[in-house]
Amino acid sequence: MGTRFIVQRVGFVMLSLIALAVVVPILVIVGVIVVRGIGAISWEFLTTMPHDGMKAGGILPTIVGTLVLTFGTAVAAIPVGVGGAIYLSEYARDTLFTRAIRLAIVNLAGIPSVVYGLFGLGLFVLFLHFGTSILAGSLTLAIMTLPVIISTSEEALRAVPTEYRTVIASLGGTRWQGIHYIVLPQALPGIITGVILGLLRAAGETAPILFTVSAFFLPRLPHSPFDRTMALPYHLYVISTQVPGMPHEIQYGTALVLLALVLSMNLVATLIRGYFRRRRPW
Amino acid sequence: MNKFVVQNLNFYYGKFRALSGVTLTIPDRQITALIGPSGCGKSTFLRCLNRMNDTISGTRVEGKVLLEGQDIYERRVNVTDLRRRVGMVFQRPNPFPQSVYDNVAFGPRALGTVRKSQLDDIVEESLRGAGLWEEVKDHLNQDALSFSLGQQQRLCIARAIAVKPEVILMDEPCSALDPIETLQIEELMQKLKVNYCIVIVTHSMQQAARVSEWTGFFWLGELVEFDSTAKIFTNPSQPLTENYITGRAG
Repeated sequence: MGTRFIVQRVGFVMLSLIALAVVVPILVIVGVIVVRGIGAISWEFLTTMPHDGMKAGGILPTIVGTLVLTFGTAVAAIPVGVGGAIYLSEYARDTLFTRAIRLAIVNLAGIPSVVYGLFGLGLFVLFLHFGTSILAGSLTLAIMTLPVIISTSEEALRAVPTEYRTVIASLGGTRWQGIHYIVLPQALPGIITGVILGLLRAAGETAPILFTVSAFFLPRLPHSPFDRTMALPYHLYVISTQVPGMPHEIQYGTALVLLALVLSMNLVATLIRGYFRRRRPW
Repeated sequence: MNKFVVQNLNFYYGKFRALSGVTLTIPDRQITALIGPSGCGKSTFLRCLNRMNDTISGTRVEGKVLLEGQDIYERRVNVTDLRRRVGMVFQRPNPFPQSVYDNVAFGPRALGTVRKSQLDDIVEESLRGAGLWEEVKDHLNQDALSFSLGQQQRLCIARAIAVKPEVILMDEPCSALDPIETLQIEELMQKLKVNYCIVIVTHSMQQAARVSEWTGFFWLGELVEFDSTAKIFTNPSQPLTENYITGRAG
């Protein structure tokens, strides 16, 4: 057997091992959480309030809190993010100003989430007097999510062939009509994927909600946007580090719920993308 | 009746002068062909007629392009409306990735037609006009991209005439098509010229000779000769034209 076939063999084995090294930790993490947490999962765990210092009862307010916060984030971030992406991709010319905007977006994406938390505390909670509230938390999460939504949406819009815009102009359509009828529908799968990925990150974050919305222990459902609420990631942090003698099963069960929530959103994103991609010509 | 009167048109991409001193008259309800080697400015000239070059940054126009006596480069001209009047068919068939119906209905919808019955009529009329109705009438909801390239190009023509333009500009409309599809487009052009002014850019001198009444020969950004097609192809007045059409230059 020639040397080049041996090189091929060795290379293939090494690449397989590297791939395995990526996949195995994920499987182990998910596996451990499922095995150790599944025992805690019950209808009662998902639908009742915690009691006995969170050592018993369910985690309903944390699930509802996370869903409400994610919804609030979506309401605030989607119009601004997608609108900004449309502006950057379809209207803005390449000037110093738009370059500065793009640079800012790239840099925003790299800011640690705890900095967003402090920013939210300063702007929404204190300066705008929203208090520690769902409103302040959602807006903080929205700002953190914006760079992801803007950059993925802009990329999706730019992937739509320029030719369509030329044809639309040649038919006497305005730029907005082109965006509305052709460009945006074509870019939609990419935009939806970006939005969901952004929201996923928001749903799983602890630091931005730490100072802006989270309640340590609040065994009731929120009444209004100005109410505080418990949330899954923060609750997980609390029961893992702040409460002595916490049953491990509840910790793992909570982690499992958070994981399931995030993964199922991810699955929905993948399905939506797959559905639209089948209908896309390029 | 003249549709376009072009006077002393210069066109620049940045510092590069792509057209110099082009002057010609394009008659209505006839076919005018523009020939010449690649990069000689014929497509640039075509795109000056509906201001499609406006979309390219760093370009500049000098001179006059009169559409029925009105200079289309004047400040008060509404470019969107101009392009509705002067439609365009491109080199590569480029239907939207939507149904046949939605492709044809795009223009009328953009112009404000919303009644289904009205749209149905326009779609049928336009597809008939483009000689495509019999082939697609049972597949109006099918994806436009599932048809052959020749059918797609006729769909693009249907889409262009759906907004009732006065002029149809064709930029090498057959270069992606096979000979039979090309013939279908050429036959279609003969039917369309009854109602429209048609200007076609083509690389095929045979095509220019077959379809057009008038021919313009471009060379290095200048219009060397413009005359009746019969005259250009049998007895051109410029030696350069003669060399080009006989294959001794270009």
